[in-house]
Amino acid sequence: MAELSYREAIAAGIAQEMARDPMVYFIGEDIGAAGGVFKATVGLFERFGPDRVRDTPISEQAIIGAAMGAAMTGLRPIAEIMFSDFLATCWDMIANQIAKTRYMTDGQVALPLVIRTANGGGTRFGAQHSQSLENWAMAVPGLKVVAPSNPADAKGLLAAAVRDPDPVLFFEQKSLYGVKGNVPDGEHVDTLGSAKVLRDGKDCTIVALAAMVPKAMQAAEQLASDGIQATVVDVRSLVPLDTRTILNEVVKTGRLFTVEENPRLCGWGAEIASLAADECFDDLDGPIVRITTPHVPLPAADVLEDAAMPSVERIVATVRKSMR
Amino acid sequence: MPIKAPATGEVDRATRLRLYQLMVELRDFEQRAYELFLENLVRGTSHLALGQEAIGAGYGVAMRADDYTFCTYRGHNHTLARGASMGAALAELMGRGNGMLHGKGGSMHLTDVKHGAMGSYAIVGAHLPIAAGAAWSAQVRKSGQVAVCFFGDGTTNIGAFHEALNLAVVWKLPVVFVCENNLYMEYTPIEAVTAVKHPAADRASAYGLESILVDGNDADVMYEIARQTIGKARAGGGPSLVEALTYRHGGHSRADPAKYRPEAEVREWMARDPIKVYRRRLLEAGIGEAELRDVEARAQQKVDAATDEARSGAPATVDEIERQVWSDGSATWRN
Repeated sequence: MAELSYREAIAAGIAQEMARDPMVYFIGEDIGAAGGVFKATVGLFERFGPDRVRDTPISEQAIIGAAMGAAMTGLRPIAEIMFSDFLATCWDMIANQIAKTRYMTDGQVALPLVIRTANGGGTRFGAQHSQSLENWAMAVPGLKVVAPSNPADAKGLLAAAVRDPDPVLFFEQKSLYGVKGNVPDGEHVDTLGSAKVLRDGKDCTIVALAAMVPKAMQAAEQLASDGIQATVVDVRSLVPLDTRTILNEVVKTGRLFTVEENPRLCGWGAEIASLAADECFDDLDGPIVRITTPHVPLPAADVLEDAAMPSVERIVATVRKSMR
Repeated sequence: MPIKAPATGEVDRATRLRLYQLMVELRDFEQRAYELFLENLVRGTSHLALGQEAIGAGYGVAMRADDYTFCTYRGHNHTLARGASMGAALAELMGRGNGMLHGKGGSMHLTDVKHGAMGSYAIVGAHLPIAAGAAWSAQVRKSGQVAVCFFGDGTTNIGAFHEALNLAVVWKLPVVFVCENNLYMEYTPIEAVTAVKHPAADRASAYGLESILVDGNDADVMYEIARQTIGKARAGGGPSLVEALTYRHGGHSRADPAKYRPEAEVREWMARDPIKVYRRRLLEAGIGEAELRDVEARAQQKVDAATDEARSGAPATVDEIERQVWSDGSATWRN
């Protein structure tokens, strides 16, 4: 085991896959000599050279379109979109082209590509550089959607995404880039579509994603001191969704809370709540409760942003009130 | 109008007959598609390229078998020009199970990867960056393949056009961008909504490219410019942007009778019908009437056979709905 930061784990994951497969190419803005604006790609340019680690102009449609054209003709490209907010500028490429072409051609075209992007708030960047947009991707058939919560998962899931034969949107949470954790030595490849139970409790199940996972874990610790034993599930992958693990944990405790960084409407937690209501109704002992950011663009000022996003305190207070 | 006509040189007799045959086949196919629409057998919309055959034929004949074609929703002719099955294309238009895409794509998405027809794209501009990506792949794989990307005049005003052109030049990609300027952006004259007179050719200099404006209704010219631009790309000389002037014989789509076009303009362009023009030229070059009639009869037979094949197909099966979202063939999003 080596201790790596989340950003180092991303770079390690890309390097592992580029060293393994010469068809893996990496493109994006400032990813080369600059090492990425979040320093998540440091060292790749020096190691793999300017042909395989290519800087692009600020042209998100060209970046994603090029990745698609390359993927359908034999490469396995990784494309970086610097902030997930910028996905809006190339959403045609992602939602209309990449997501649908395999289906519309009845399988003539395969698109093994990964779109990496820095996602989420907590950095005081304001509403156009802070969104948690994994729900956009989840809503479009044909896209796999992954969002790791720790360095080991960041490396292992990124490797799995590169090896996956289908397009994967890989959301890296900005607020986690500096977080350190143990990452297995040697080749590390995880499995897409597998949630992880991080903590076992008998009273309620808290389901969280990405930056909300460490918050849910801290909340569970505090709840334990109140006598509420919470299970915490890290969803890790929205598509494919590991409903077996998630719903199994809901059945065991009879209570479900979701913690979502995204604004309220149509969040991934709503889909999980719907599945639980459909498939575990008889096992539920109380209402399903979603903890989200209010349905507002994320404000910039630290006090406003902190109050808007789900916090450990809000998770604790919400669970406590609901479990009373 | 300063049309740069490349030296047509000596296009040999066999190539000329191929160009003629391909144009006639494309024409007959589109006309048959229209007839089947009137029979209510072709559903939805479709965007016919009647009158624009010389461009697809010129490039189709000049391309190497493993080159890539990217085209638009007005893409029947470009797909067929690569050798895709007419029967499968008509069946797709008719929503049949024996359709090219088993009923899942329809008229606007004809694709036949094994013939290098890498897709028909129905969102204006999207396929220019995608074609650049295929060219990037060919470049790094050192395969010598070239991507040819066809699009309409309206595309030159969308962002993806400019992003793709810039990237293709910066990366010196083996891609040829071919603007089919049929004078109308859907229903609106292109000149009414464009800052420059020649929507593609006048923009070429912005990307350091040669301005190329050609007669898109002249099959010899199109074949020659195709050879030149593809040859340049294959030799590592980078991208080209070609503007080919042409004219839609019909409206934008099924819903459009095209009443907005001045009669004199329509008459002028109908007289420049690429097939009529080329037929005359071949006769003048000494190819006999009987030989041309034979080409025409064979094209008609091919389209008739394709029609029979399409008509004989059963409707697409509902089993297809949840197939091929993913590479394992499934549509499964959960366990």
